[in-house]
Amino acid sequence: MPDQQMRITLTAWRQPSPETPGRFETYDVPGVSPDMSFLEMLDTVNERLIHDGREPIAFDHDCREGICGSCGMMINGVPHGPERNTATCQLHMRKFSDGDHITIEPWRAAGFPMIKDLIVDRAAFDLIIESGGYISAPTGGAPDANLIPIPKPVADAAMDAAACIGCGACVAACPNGAAQLFTAAKIQALNLLPQGQAERWDRTINMVETMESYFGSCTNHRECEAACPKSISIDFIALMNKDYAKAQLKQRRLVGQSFP
Amino acid sequence: MPADATADRRLPGQELTMPLDAKLPEGPLAEKWDNHKFDIKLVNPANKRRFDIIVVGTGLAGASAAASLAELGYNVKVVTFHDSPRRAHSIAAQGGINAAKNYKNDGDSIFRLFYDTIKGGDYRSREANVYRLAQVSVDIIDQCVAQGVPFAREYGGLLDNRSFGGAQVSRTFYARGQTGQQLLLGAYQALMRAVHTYGIELYPRTEMLDLVLKDGAAAGIVCRDLNTGEVFSMSGHAVVLATGGYGNAFYLSTNAKNSNVTAAWRAAKKGAYFANPCYTQIHPTCIPASDEFQSKLTLMSESLRNDGRIWVPKQIDDARRADQIPEADRDYYLERRYPAFGNLVPRDVASRASKREVDAGRGVGPMKNGVYLDFSDAIGRLGRPVIEERYGNLFEMYERITGEDPYVVPMRIYPAVHYTMGGLWVDYNLMSNLPGLFVLGEANFSDHGANRLGASALMQGLADGYFVIPYTIGDYLAPLLGQKPVPVDDPVFKDSEKAVDEQVRKLLSINGNKTVDELHRELGKVVWDNCGMARTEQALTKALSEIPAIRDEFWKNVRVLGENETRNQSLEKAGRVADFLEFDELMCLDALHRNESCGGHFREEYQTEDGEALRDDEHFAYVGAWEWKGTGAEPELHNEQLSFEYVHPSTRSYK
Amino acid sequence: MATTTTPPARSGGAAPIRKIPRSGPPIVRFYRTAVGKKWVMAVTGLILMSFVLVHLIGNIKLFLSKQEINLYGEALRDMPGHLLPRTWLLWFFRIGLIAAFAFHLHSAYGLTVINRKARPQRYQSKRDYVAADFASRTMRWTGIIVGLFIIFHLMDLTWGNANPDFLRGDPYNNLIYSLQRPVVAVAYSVAMIALGFHLYHGAWSLFQSMGINNPKINRARRVFAIAFAGVIMIGNLMFPIAVQLHLVDLKCPQTQPPTAACPAKS
Ligand SMILES: Cc1cc2nc3c(=O)[nH]c(=O)nc-3n(C[C@H](O)[C@H](O)[C@H](O)COP(=O)(O)OP(=O)(O)OC[C@H]3O[C@@H](n4cnc5c(N)ncnc54)[C@H](O)[C@@H]3O)c2cc1C
Ligand code: HEM
Ligand code: HEM
Ligand code: SF4
Ligand code: F3S
Ligand code: FES
Repeated sequence: MPDQQMRITLTAWRQPSPETPGRFETYDVPGVSPDMSFLEMLDTVNERLIHDGREPIAFDHDCREGICGSCGMMINGVPHGPERNTATCQLHMRKFSDGDHITIEPWRAAGFPMIKDLIVDRAAFDLIIESGGYISAPTGGAPDANLIPIPKPVADAAMDAAACIGCGACVAACPNGAAQLFTAAKIQALNLLPQGQAERWDRTINMVETMESYFGSCTNHRECEAACPKSISIDFIALMNKDYAKAQLKQRRLVGQSFP
Repeated sequence: MPADATADRRLPGQELTMPLDAKLPEGPLAEKWDNHKFDIKLVNPANKRRFDIIVVGTGLAGASAAASLAELGYNVKVVTFHDSPRRAHSIAAQGGINAAKNYKNDGDSIFRLFYDTIKGGDYRSREANVYRLAQVSVDIIDQCVAQGVPFAREYGGLLDNRSFGGAQVSRTFYARGQTGQQLLLGAYQALMRAVHTYGIELYPRTEMLDLVLKDGAAAGIVCRDLNTGEVFSMSGHAVVLATGGYGNAFYLSTNAKNSNVTAAWRAAKKGAYFANPCYTQIHPTCIPASDEFQSKLTLMSESLRNDGRIWVPKQIDDARRADQIPEADRDYYLERRYPAFGNLVPRDVASRASKREVDAGRGVGPMKNGVYLDFSDAIGRLGRPVIEERYGNLFEMYERITGEDPYVVPMRIYPAVHYTMGGLWVDYNLMSNLPGLFVLGEANFSDHGANRLGASALMQGLADGYFVIPYTIGDYLAPLLGQKPVPVDDPVFKDSEKAVDEQVRKLLSINGNKTVDELHRELGKVVWDNCGMARTEQALTKALSEIPAIRDEFWKNVRVLGENETRNQSLEKAGRVADFLEFDELMCLDALHRNESCGGHFREEYQTEDGEALRDDEHFAYVGAWEWKGTGAEPELHNEQLSFEYVHPSTRSYK
Repeated sequence: MATTTTPPARSGGAAPIRKIPRSGPPIVRFYRTAVGKKWVMAVTGLILMSFVLVHLIGNIKLFLSKQEINLYGEALRDMPGHLLPRTWLLWFFRIGLIAAFAFHLHSAYGLTVINRKARPQRYQSKRDYVAADFASRTMRWTGIIVGLFIIFHLMDLTWGNANPDFLRGDPYNNLIYSLQRPVVAVAYSVAMIALGFHLYHGAWSLFQSMGINNPKINRARRVFAIAFAGVIMIGNLMFPIAVQLHLVDLKCPQTQPPTAACPAKS
């Protein structure tokens, strides 16, 4: 088993800084073991580049367990590569064969400006959360955790939505560069819960409008769902659309208050 | 072969000096925290905004602290090297979080959680701290549920619990296999709310590279913007470090690739004491390395041991496939040696047992570096759907990584470094020996003693951040009212910036022949082989002579390409490895000085006839806190004696 | 390098692609956002869908007889009986239809502009789509084809300026003369195929846009879209085909009773 080594050709996007134009560079990568993860394969390329006196390929990564959402790149035109429900760091080289040509490229979207090589800046996601992706429960004074029972299916659905790791593959995948899957997952993880009701409508309006300042629109291509390493369902996008319309229709002013 | 019990086992030159005062409150255990909260000084709500607090780290500890402090009205600045606070390493925790809620009516209580934690920590932690931890554990769950953390629930809609890591009660709350992520998202969302509502200043992709002191007290930090290379300072009345553990001292560990000791170590180099660095935890159920390119190890949740049976072939170098080895030729060594607890013995016991089998040549897998965790009995007994429901996603993850289907072939597992109990020394207020420097979460020397129980790290991080620091920081700040923070153009900041800048330039200029990773791997191998699961005086002495050699080579022969002004990951890594090269020496020294076995620290010289850890309470019932005296110079050992009034140290037995 | 002030928090980051003013009546705010525009697309799409369905049913009368279809045209103008002056209700529907069409077009344009801005630099290597199908990726083009068709169609059959044989008040005659021209028949067919694709995605997509999502009906959405698109496309294609194959023609319109030149079909 350890001897079945592969040789692949890797074409990677190299861009030293946001200002410098980027281009593809191609490397010959011998000695790839099928047990390597995709990022370990890149590690070996980088080690070799350093020894050759060339700068290594910059790519984001951290946990390498598919949970932190740091990693991610287009691998042969698909975000996170060919294996479904799998983040780049969890993709292994046994999914490729000897002689394969692999092309890697960073996420491309206006909301994700380039930093270097395969690294882009996903801070816009934080702005979406900041605009309302929370339940205001200041520390202290929370009631007993079992005070409000939550039906299991509801808790499970909220958990399905909350599984999003914020990797940005949905934006990368979407032909429109839309962040609907991320935003919908974040909104619905809270909107579905009883604790999330008080701020439900404001949260929906604020998060949707912040999202729209940076990202494209959803025309239901379903690419995001296919690329998502946590298989977040586009059902949440539908629920978000529903909540958004309701939120705009809601008359949240109390009876007796006058219009401005 | 227990050494002569009466002889002082400390090495010459390592006499204990300067006992440390943990400032434990008076009164009966159960009332200490309440009394303390009443006794400490308060900052008037209107005055809180006059204080600047710098929080480094946005894991469970940092994010919860920053949010809670901002809610109180303090001016908070938050620094993390991650691109988003949500990516801190806490996100990776799978198993769960403990709390003494007793929702299961199985006899849990604050005292029992306290007791289990002290005992699990092998009597090397502070009673008062641990009791407080158990007390606030209850509030943590309430807080998290209020924030919308989707914990697992039962059909009736109430919270579900499971038992975890050898505990005899079900007190672990969990959210699928992603408890850490869900808790961190809760804390991160609270943090982002505070950014929005209370004006927290957030500095992502910013690495703290130095602690700055003015007149002996923490005055601020020096940071580097990872995207632009800009070095700058930030000043405040207090600095809170919540920068996580140092598991990557071993190169291969279950920690995220970027986890490091830099923040804590640079504080230590400024005079903060580093306590118990040799207490490192090895997790028994990780996927063994598959080749020499392995970049990190992956943890498989401990819950697998509830249904899986661990075994190795009886025969040495048995080349048969698992399914061809008959029952009679298998050794279920945990069940054999620990009939009461069987496969559920605590982490350290399980880990050492696996090591023993693999060292004896009974390891399995292509590299003979694992043991089997077999589910065929459970599948036979419960049926595949039940196993799928319980462990489906773990099995999937295993298959993704190894290419083997654990429903058919037994899993291969092996222990790996997972958590570090050691850290910067702190008193009851979580303040280090340096005034104004607070340390939270895994970065402090923690409440876990010599060994942490499963699902207790998340609890401690959140306890520190949500429920301890918001009160205790006021005690330090209140007398400082009216003082302005030290301006960032003060020479103390300028000098520090210069030093940081010089190190960056030095690293870029060496241009040697070895990559940072190569040197880190070399270092990791030395400490894993000599200061890993089982340690001996001889091995530690060897490590202590090898580490300085690698360090010298590093500073002569490392190759860091690229420039400072754009993103440079090799440069970041180089700085972190440089710190490990110093820190690992201290870790080995601490392991060498502690002539006993306790919890995660196992010295082969100190074990019972049947291979169990042998503590030496007479000589080592203290916290060993080291004061840095310069690279290569002998550090000075301070100690805090531990006294046990409520739980009496006994030998742990899981037979 | 070293500074004497702490730089501002969170420098860098993405620049917004557009500003969404937070003022104005809710409905205006709603329409400013892409989510709102999608709602409008869906609602107007539904209106247009009901029209094409009703229109198809009406047109089937072509196969019955000349009188039938001309009577049908007349009946439309006469709706609803004598309760309202002639053509009022028809105009009401027409105006609704024109408005729906205008909003559908306007929001389609708005979304396209947003989406262009959202990805200023395209992928430099070949993109491999996994889920997005031909229909979903060509909505803009199939929409435009259908739009051009409608203009031609009106010139052809309603205003008559594209139809040399146009006879006001005799749609039967107009239609058959028109569809007898092979070019027109082909154009009609192309447009109907485009419409089929547009609806294959649109009739599914509108449920998502309007948040109609429920595990109980989710499978049915796709079935509905396929059925609807199929009925409209095949139904409408029958006309140019039938005319081209002389199954209906002017020389022998299926008038009752049969004449010598045109005996009853057996
Ligand atoms: C795989 C795995 C599974 C685990 N499972 C469990 C479990 O089931 N239950 C349990 O209780 N515990 C578990 N643990 C342990 C637990 O996750 C950690 O101990 C805990 O999350 C640590 O939290 P923290 O806030 O202290 O630090 P971290 O979450 O590690 O956060 C550190 C933060 O500090 C920042 N930082 C560090 N250095 C610097 C610097 N120099 N400059 C700027 N920022 C810096 C980082 O960016 C990060 O934001 C697990 C650990 C691992 C590795
Ligand atoms: C000028 C003509 C037209 C143009 C330019 C046009 C364009 C578009 C565009 C760009 C979309 C959005 C694609 C998407 O969201 O997936 C769309 C959606 C749709 N269109 Fe059209 N279209 C036209 C005519 C029609 C007609 C005549 C009908 C009906 C018979 C129709 C029905 C729909 C439906 C149902 C949708 C789906 C709405 C949704 O997803 O919410 N369109 N159209
Ligand atoms: C091949 C299929 C079709 C045939 C045979 C057909 C036939 C006709 C006829 C005979 C008329 C004239 C009715 C009258 O003047 O009373 C008409 C009008 C019209 N048709 Fe069609 N049509 C077809 C497809 C379509 C499609 C697909 C659309 C839209 C997407 C459409 C939109 C219209 C409109 C808007 C009018 C004008 C209605 C009015 O004046 O109120 N038609 N069609
Ligand atoms: S929704 Fe999926 S693809 Fe998008 S950020 Fe979350 S995990 Fe990534
Ligand atoms: S791919 Fe894009 S169009 Fe919508 S369904 Fe997903 S966001
Ligand atoms: S590196 Fe964390 S998700 Fe891939």
